[in-house]
Amino acid sequence: MQITFLLNGETTQYSLSDASVTLLDWLREYRGLTGSKEACREGDCGACTVMLSDATGSRAINACITLMAQLHGKALRTVEGIGNSAAPHPVQQALIDQHGSQCGFCTPGIAVALAAAHLNGEHDHDAALAGNLCRCTGYAPIIRAAESAAAQPVPDCMHEDAKALAATALAQISSGGCGGADSPPAYLPENADDLAAWLLAQPSSTLVAGGTDLGLAVTKALKPLGEAVFLHRCADLQQVTTSADEIRIGAGVSIAQLLRAMAKPHPAFAALLKRFASPQIRAMATLGGNIANGSPIADAPPVLIALGARVHLRRGDVRRQVALEDFYLGYRKQDRTPGEFIEAVTIAARAPNLRAYKLSKRFDQDISTLCAAFNLSAKAGRISEARVAFGGMAAVPARARKLEAALIGQPLDDIAEGAVSLSLGEDFAPISDFRGSAAYRMQAAENLIIRYARDLAGEAVSVLEVAS
Amino acid sequence: MSVGAPLAHDSAAGHVLGSARYIDDLPTPAGTLHLAFGLSSIAHGTITRMDLSAVRAAPGVVAVLVATDLPYANDVAAAAADEPLLATGVVHYLGQPVFLVVADSHLAARRAARLGQIDYVELPAILTIDQALAAGSRYEGGPVVWANGDAGAAIAGAAHLVEGVFETGAQEHFYLEGQVALALPAEAGMVVQSSSQHPSEIQHKVAAALGYPFHAVRVEVRRMGGGFGGKESQGNALAVACAVGAKASGRACKMRYDRDDDMTITGKRHDFRIRYRAGFDAHGRILGVDFVHMVRCGWSQDLSLPVADRAMLHADNAYFIPAMRIESHRLRTHTQSATAFRGFGGPQGMAGIERVMEHAAHLLGIDALELRRRNFYTEAGGPSAPPHPPEDISLKQCTHYGQPVVDFELGALVDEIEKSADFEARRQEIAVWNSSNRTLKRGIALTPVKFGISFTLTHLNQAGALVQVYADGSVGLSHGGTEMGQGLHRKIGQVAAAAFGIDIEAVRVEATDTSKVPNTSATAASSGADLNGMAVKLACDTIRERIAAHIALVAGVGPPEVHFEGGQVFAGERAFSFAEAVASAYLARISLSATGFYATPELEWDRKAGRGRPFYYFAYGAAVSEVVIDTLSGENRILRADILHDVGASLNPAIDIGQIEGGYVQGAGWLTTEELVWNDAGRLLTHAPSTYKIPAASDRPRLFNVALWPGGNREATIHRSKAVGEPPLMLALSVHQALGAACAACGPNWPGLAAPATPEAVLAAVMRARGA
Repeated sequence: MQITFLLNGETTQYSLSDASVTLLDWLREYRGLTGSKEACREGDCGACTVMLSDATGSRAINACITLMAQLHGKALRTVEGIGNSAAPHPVQQALIDQHGSQCGFCTPGIAVALAAAHLNGEHDHDAALAGNLCRCTGYAPIIRAAESAAAQPVPDCMHEDAKALAATALAQISSGGCGGADSPPAYLPENADDLAAWLLAQPSSTLVAGGTDLGLAVTKALKPLGEAVFLHRCADLQQVTTSADEIRIGAGVSIAQLLRAMAKPHPAFAALLKRFASPQIRAMATLGGNIANGSPIADAPPVLIALGARVHLRRGDVRRQVALEDFYLGYRKQDRTPGEFIEAVTIAARAPNLRAYKLSKRFDQDISTLCAAFNLSAKAGRISEARVAFGGMAAVPARARKLEAALIGQPLDDIAEGAVSLSLGEDFAPISDFRGSAAYRMQAAENLIIRYARDLAGEAVSVLEVAS
Repeated sequence: MSVGAPLAHDSAAGHVLGSARYIDDLPTPAGTLHLAFGLSSIAHGTITRMDLSAVRAAPGVVAVLVATDLPYANDVAAAAADEPLLATGVVHYLGQPVFLVVADSHLAARRAARLGQIDYVELPAILTIDQALAAGSRYEGGPVVWANGDAGAAIAGAAHLVEGVFETGAQEHFYLEGQVALALPAEAGMVVQSSSQHPSEIQHKVAAALGYPFHAVRVEVRRMGGGFGGKESQGNALAVACAVGAKASGRACKMRYDRDDDMTITGKRHDFRIRYRAGFDAHGRILGVDFVHMVRCGWSQDLSLPVADRAMLHADNAYFIPAMRIESHRLRTHTQSATAFRGFGGPQGMAGIERVMEHAAHLLGIDALELRRRNFYTEAGGPSAPPHPPEDISLKQCTHYGQPVVDFELGALVDEIEKSADFEARRQEIAVWNSSNRTLKRGIALTPVKFGISFTLTHLNQAGALVQVYADGSVGLSHGGTEMGQGLHRKIGQVAAAAFGIDIEAVRVEATDTSKVPNTSATAASSGADLNGMAVKLACDTIRERIAAHIALVAGVGPPEVHFEGGQVFAGERAFSFAEAVASAYLARISLSATGFYATPELEWDRKAGRGRPFYYFAYGAAVSEVVIDTLSGENRILRADILHDVGASLNPAIDIGQIEGGYVQGAGWLTTEELVWNDAGRLLTHAPSTYKIPAASDRPRLFNVALWPGGNREATIHRSKAVGEPPLMLALSVHQALGAACAACGPNWPGLAAPATPEAVLAAVMRARGA
């Protein structure tokens, strides 16, 4: 299989003989482009940040957990491609002027992350840097640099990729399918029908969507990928469509795309997604991947369950749907047969009382200690329908059915102070781990019910809302 | 004049463009081999059988070494020769290197290293402070005890007794560049590139492992991607492994730890349990304190003894304590060997006394700032006061280890920051705000820092430099310090440029190289600029005086009439460019290179007795932090920080402010989000950034005001500057105290907030405050 992409403006071809080779290793070891650094090899520090562009735009990604096949038809820009000593990118110059580097090891990744945000006109610099760790500066001078570069024009080189992609029709170049010397085979289907047919024939294939978790199997567990199907070319899986009652989200929709799509209909969901990993991860990770990965502490499932999500599964041409809470059978076990894949998820289009809360040790780029989502409906001031789901409280994301039952019929504006016991003891028996003790999980989860009530009442409940 | 100018880091352009090279970025010779360690999978046990056949048979493997294959010393210890490169029969922690894989790629080595089959007979593992105390597992036989006055009697006679226990957690350095080394075989010797704060120690360990004299090993350090103490001794293993592999194979050998391996293998900041009993009089004056420090040192001694000493030396922080007893237990556990980390025990020692102040203020009902002030050392009285006190110094100027505090300035400094941070008004506003918010509570606190500057191992307070002026007037210099991001090379370059009156661009600071400057001390203890800056200045002065003498002759003036300024050499009526003057000196056969050497004066320290003058001077600062907590979940944020810090006459204010901001945030991480968790088998569960959370950009204070305290060092340091590397980290104690204040606003009881103040810890403190 031949992978074709632009590397710092140059058409580059790569013969994919081993689908497990990461972009970062290839850049550093085969291309001698050592500006991108390895500091964690798991997409958590951002030192390897590079910029990926296609017809939908440009975004920062982590090179360390990106596999070469994921580049096909796209344009890549590394730190070496955003500026040089004669003409540094405005963020690079600002980082010098504002003393934004100390040891310098995180700096190339920070420069690229800021350059991508600068190109996209984003001015929330903390958000742009949520996936980039710096251990030296305390970030203050980096933010000063981002602020001072914000007004500078985007340099021409940052626009070149979009132009070149349009001019060369790179995206249409075939990867040559799965034949040739590839061993084991890798496949890049062009649409869901392709994918369905392939999976019917090769049901044991590994599905690579964003690869942001699967990449760690390669980089940390050192497992070869085996037969792999890369999903990023299936444009028909990347659609969000809205009807009067429901929103249908393709399984291949990235978390970044979902965040934008949820801003209007479900701002509480969008707010939670802002804390889903980092910009780099959100750019690659997909909703289907977040669900199918099956982690009990995945960020999206509790909210989806609260929104009555149904999972649309497909095997060959056979389609079925299942409620998301029923899709999870046990720890990392799902109601999905070999050869079957998630095509889409549908959720309620309206849920004005939806709120979602994620608790973690750090606000940005952290994994939930627990996550709660509440979606209550009321008729005449009394709760008529309750969907409350938690992550991190059981082996799977799950509804708090006993609590839900107790809430029905209660006055909506008085649930915290009302007669209902807010105990979750009958619903959950959480475990202790390094993210938090069972006792904390239980106490905090029950407290989040109180937070929800106060939140609905308009009281300030988030430390993020407070300024000095 | 370049000294005092806010110049950018000397590698800033390389950093932002990605062209600054770290060891893993260097082009390597063809045939370079790559190394990985096979690690112990248990915390303590005897190896009964090692089957490494699958490792040897793995693709790309060239060789596999165990302890008995090592030709010379099997020792990478910083201090006590108790740390073998490869385990010898017994493993002492989970993650200890047992065998070494040499392969043709990094990935091949990593893959093969997991294939070792090792059988053990497990031995009881001592993992915790309690287990170590119960087993009597300790260094130095028993606790180290320092006593000054009769603390027991003072506490017994005091109006108020304050007692409790405070634990401070371990902390991972999380230097962004992991440990890495590259060894290149040379003719009858070895050249080693190491990411190390201590190239001389690397040289010594490599020489011992190869059976070479020191001169046969040359160690070079261009830059590190962060150190923070974590590269003072922890790089020894990689450098020695590479050198052994390179000597055996005749090929270059490179080793870098994957992040998970790095965190699993290397040492961290020592976690402490501090037990305190303190007596206060009715006015809030402290009469006596009895501290017990229990220090989890890990499986080898490493630098634990001086770390524990420094904790004892900072048990007073800014306060005069008439009677003090400190008992320090250095406990040996089957965990990673805790090591140097910015502050080197100082933060833990200081956390103890600041906890006492916080607790006493709560108990006595006295405002915490007022209580602190009442206990400050006597103010020295402005920068013009004499540097040394008269014979009859008041007792209120003497530390518990007998060093007079002659430069105390926190009275004035705290007054100033109280004003500039609008502390009192904000405190009142916060109290009102808290009374009308039931879910969220804010807190504010001001804490001071007094940090002793000098290595407590007195002989380390020396430094050398080599300065070379080339015939074109450009200057190249080497010194013993290493660059880990702290801007040392820039500051040193500014010192040299100032000495010759030339532009900074004319000065190049070379990579640190053991063949240029020998017998160097680690770049540690905040000493880099103090020691090496002075050595460089002395070398520059020597050369400048030679040039001046020559130019004086040429111009027919006396040498005192020659001066160097603005890239020119002025001699009476005449002026030469610096390059002309140098070229002329060269033709006159005048030496244009010189060494410089500096040893800190006036130090005298008996660590056994705990008496003397271990520090040349103190660095001071104070911070006001404001936070908000959620009383339902324990989530918390820093809202604002105001810092006033004394760096003396700054060599480079931009770099110094960078150290202050970075140190504060790193310290805040230690006290809030950074939590290292081991399981009952001794496995570190938080061994990557996915599970161990250092501060991210949004965790920094939104309002972050940092100012430098005006004035110079009373002591004759380099251009009257003060050390800045470590002291600002401890400014973050104000974050923890502000969080404690927010918890205390939830109820009448002592919240006793734990560290790190994770959401879970904050929620527990809120419930204690409420009496729930």
